[in-house]
Amino acid sequence: MTSSTGRPASGKLFGLLAEFDSAAELFHACEHVRDAGYTKWDSHSPFPVHGIEKAMGMKPSQLPWIVAAMAAIGGVGGFLLQVWINVDAYPMVISAKPFLSWPAFIPVTFELSVLIGTFGTVFGMLALNRLPQFYHSLFHSDRFARVTDDKFFISIEAKDPRFAPNATRALLEKAGAKHIEEVPE
Amino acid sequence: MHRAAEIDVVEPVDKRAPLVLGGETFRSITDSVCAPVEWQKTPMAWWIVLLLSASLLGVLGISVGYLFWEGVGIWGLAQPVSWAWDITNFVFWVGIGHAGTLISAILFLFRQKWRTSVNRFAEAMTIFAVLCAGLYPAIHVGRVWAIYWVFPIPNQMGAWPNFRSPLLWDVFAVSTYLTVSALFWYVGLIPDLATIRDRATSAVKKLAYGIAALGWRGSSRHWQHYERAYLILAGMSTPLVLSVHTIVSFDFAVSQLPGWHTTIFPPYFVAGAIFSGFAMVINLMIIARWLFKLHNLVTMRHFENMAKIILLTGSIVGYAYAMEFFVAWYSGNPYELFAFINRATGPYAWAYWTMVTCNVVIPQLFWFKKVRTNLAALFIISIFVNIGMWFERFVIIVTSLHRDFLPSSWMYFSPTIWDVLTFLGSWGLFFFMFCLFVRFLPMVAISEVKGVMPEANPHYSGNHTKGAKA
Repeated sequence: MTSSTGRPASGKLFGLLAEFDSAAELFHACEHVRDAGYTKWDSHSPFPVHGIEKAMGMKPSQLPWIVAAMAAIGGVGGFLLQVWINVDAYPMVISAKPFLSWPAFIPVTFELSVLIGTFGTVFGMLALNRLPQFYHSLFHSDRFARVTDDKFFISIEAKDPRFAPNATRALLEKAGAKHIEEVPE
Repeated sequence: MHRAAEIDVVEPVDKRAPLVLGGETFRSITDSVCAPVEWQKTPMAWWIVLLLSASLLGVLGISVGYLFWEGVGIWGLAQPVSWAWDITNFVFWVGIGHAGTLISAILFLFRQKWRTSVNRFAEAMTIFAVLCAGLYPAIHVGRVWAIYWVFPIPNQMGAWPNFRSPLLWDVFAVSTYLTVSALFWYVGLIPDLATIRDRATSAVKKLAYGIAALGWRGSSRHWQHYERAYLILAGMSTPLVLSVHTIVSFDFAVSQLPGWHTTIFPPYFVAGAIFSGFAMVINLMIIARWLFKLHNLVTMRHFENMAKIILLTGSIVGYAYAMEFFVAWYSGNPYELFAFINRATGPYAWAYWTMVTCNVVIPQLFWFKKVRTNLAALFIISIFVNIGMWFERFVIIVTSLHRDFLPSSWMYFSPTIWDVLTFLGSWGLFFFMFCLFVRFLPMVAISEVKGVMPEANPHYSGNHTKGAKA
């Protein structure tokens, strides 16, 4: 069977995909999977489910550090650029103000720190998410197309050390999955 | 899709009107928002609006082309009025843009969930408005071929821009604002582009939206970083929007002209920008809601909230007018006092009183709930607000310039046909982009609206919600 991305499925198993009907069901199912000790798994929803990071045992995102670093680079860089231009490269005498007229440099410094910080936010977020990623095994599932509409999913990879086809399937059924399918790689 | 009955929008704090009416489900929200994007046959009305906008866009092209050919003299500008419609329109368009960022960023930080039905639309409006705005500083310089001198790039002259000038701060502020707004808008679009990708029936659509969606698959691990990014973007956009219009106000405030050189300008301009921006959002949203049948997603509660913001910011603007007069008198500075008496009683008094009526008097009608919840009243009052705010910038710029310190230089500015056509043409640019937006992109933030419904709460059970607030 070909995936929606056009690449034919190989014989290997990627993992199990379980479908749920509501955010509440997904949330509680995630707690079960987390407590069972799985690590290579994920949940999927059409919108972010409040509190699901705790239910999945996720660590907090490191994005703020990336943003802080980029904003600092933008701000300091912008300020130093203005200092160099006004003191060294092209000093202009304007109303007898000092060349290093730092109050006047504040607007551009601020704007550049926001600009570079924004680049850090957006591209940092994409990098942490490893996006763009146009191919993923889960796209082989036709039902998975509803993840961006109104269905919720949990996927557990076969690579997980605790994965066992029957035991994992039983866990998902016990957690309330409405439909479970095997997803090829 | 039939229109669900409007329910009472009375809101004691503990029991607010729902944000989504009519028993919509996640599925039905997806269906109704994706509908215009998935039109098999585009309605004639869309083509007509597109063609009209394109004609105005052509008018813009001709006006700007002729401007480059003949020079800035084709406009009504002459010393001492060296800025008139060009900078009025620049500030007008930038101001309109600010409402979009306020809705996206500031209302997000204030946890105002009602923003989710209008934020995509408002942010699109911001980007298009800022593009229209950015046109003016670029074309209004006398030597357009040297406009690249505003950028700090090494060159053969060894010359660099003047970083002590607010005109240069504007370059950085407006460019940053445009870039950040566009990125924020795009980040918000990613999950919705994935929605359209997953519903796409044609290969071209699937490819195009698939590329734009970057392979998004709704993973919670991705949502975690995504939500962090969204919060950080909102947190950075808030001071950004305040700083951008502050810097725009500095174009005037750091000069020495009476009527310009005043510290009230930054907060006054920012409040005025939010004021005019929300009026534009209301105007556009009333039309879009009717055309695209979004009555269940954009409710009277949303409009009422926007009307209240207009009332608040309009009152701040009115207060600023009063304070300017008071301080002009209290300062004892004869030039300052003259500048304001000239505004109210001089040759431009007609513009001044139009401004006061439209900005201060008419929006006071929003104190009455009947007016706030009447779509026709909302629409008409919002148009008056936009007219009033255009006149505010015109009055500030032209009245302070036309009679400054030297009476022998005084003149009365009148626009030429090219001033008018360039402005009309900018509307063409705005609406042309808007037509493309409503046809090819989801105009409501699908995933965000779903996220504020009671069913999205993981502790939701049946018909009653525990701790889920609207």
